[in-house]
Amino acid sequence: MGSVGAKEVPVLLSPEGLRIDGRRLDELRPLRIQAGPLHQADGSAFVEWGANKVMAAVYGPREVHPRHLQQNNKAIIQCKYNMAAFSVDERKRPGLDRRSQEISKVIAEAFESVVFAEEFPRTSIDVYIEVLQANAGTRCAGVVAASVALADAGIPMVDLVPSVAVGKIAGQIALDLKKEEDNFGEADLPMALVPQSGRLVLMQMEGHMTPEELSRALDLGVVGCKSIYEKMKQALRDRYTVDAVAPGAA
Amino acid sequence: MSQGLRPGPGTYRVGGKVYASVLGLLSPKPPFLQVIPLSGRYLPKPEDVVIGTVTDCQGTFWLLDIGAPRWAPLHMTGTPWNVEIGETEKFLRVRDSVIVRVENLDPTGRIGVTMLGDGLGKLEGGTIVTVSPARIPRVVGRGGSMIDTITRHTGAQVAVGQNGRVWINGSPDAILRASEALRLIEEQGQRRGLTERVESYLVSTSSSNDRGPETASRESAHRDAPPHHVPPVGPADERIDPDSVGPGTDEY
Repeated sequence: MGSVGAKEVPVLLSPEGLRIDGRRLDELRPLRIQAGPLHQADGSAFVEWGANKVMAAVYGPREVHPRHLQQNNKAIIQCKYNMAAFSVDERKRPGLDRRSQEISKVIAEAFESVVFAEEFPRTSIDVYIEVLQANAGTRCAGVVAASVALADAGIPMVDLVPSVAVGKIAGQIALDLKKEEDNFGEADLPMALVPQSGRLVLMQMEGHMTPEELSRALDLGVVGCKSIYEKMKQALRDRYTVDAVAPGAA
Repeated sequence: MSQGLRPGPGTYRVGGKVYASVLGLLSPKPPFLQVIPLSGRYLPKPEDVVIGTVTDCQGTFWLLDIGAPRWAPLHMTGTPWNVEIGETEKFLRVRDSVIVRVENLDPTGRIGVTMLGDGLGKLEGGTIVTVSPARIPRVVGRGGSMIDTITRHTGAQVAVGQNGRVWINGSPDAILRASEALRLIEEQGQRRGLTERVESYLVSTSSSNDRGPETASRESAHRDAPPHHVPPVGPADERIDPDSVGPGTDEY
């Protein structure tokens, strides 16, 4: 990011109202979700969202590893968000940093409020999110992937958790920022929604918005989440249905 | 997501509506609405026969990984051996596998297992293949038909745990073909006519084998078993829980 070297701010919004990749303000990047690509994990999902590629794996409920973390009345949810060294254009130093710790924490807390953790006392549900390629909005892609992976792992929860970032570019509220829009825009607001209850389980903001812009951004984000939600459900259906050729075909 | 019935397993209720909490097949069992999970870890039920692997040896008990959310303690009094306190490792060591029965579950999630009973004991030799616990009814087949097919055509000795672990013993070729049959079941578990499919696979591969499938009876299975013969793990059909061969798994 800092090393991009681009001193000039790109034109984020054309006079026709198109963004640098040709989208309108309320359009998502292309999203493809695959449920269950990994076999060793209890549940998994792979998400390609614009230029983001994110893999999530879920283990558990299983024995809690550092024993003292065990809770007698419920499962704990442990999340590890990690960016691969090759996920960005300049090599990222591998391992934990402040940013990935923060993201791990907010994602774990988002899932704590949807998973029925009381059903599995003294256990741990471990969520691993690996960002293979990053292009802004990786925490949202991570939440989407992790949520599909949790469902694939058969973990009881209130609902799937779609997530998207809304932002402000060239003075306008825009859905699902890509890298240049995130870097040169005025604000970025990642959020995650529980469609069943309408509750937000993750919301962060960087930059500036007026209260009125914020409420418009949230409305736009909710609309985006709804369409992501449908794709998440479809990914799970595809994983668990058999092609119609089934009987008879040798 | 429908109304009128009361929430059963795999569901929850908010504001008079019942929602699914797990990914699975909807199965109304009035007055309850339940969702049969299609995935997930093994959730133990009393009387299930399961295959476990020792993960820890303590003074008076072993801890077994049975694929459940928690490790299951096997107390030394639950074995056919006369174990002295502190000598558990003389009987079972870490990585040994056993076939045990779930005895009791308590609300804290603790799983009590026993090795006392027919067909239970330490597993020696053979291979353990893991399939999804949701597929076990298909692995066993209606009235044990699938297991019969596999043992008949391969000559392997097979023991099925409700936790999705299947122990196979026999000649290397028998083990290979039986595991391949299990992989077929795992991949195509929702399709109809699966027993026939598995049978035709086994027949088609038996040419590499000297004995024809018709002559490979259950007796030959025992003859073929390597010298370290295993306790009383018989043809697995005795262990079929009729309830586990439910209609819900036959969807699609």
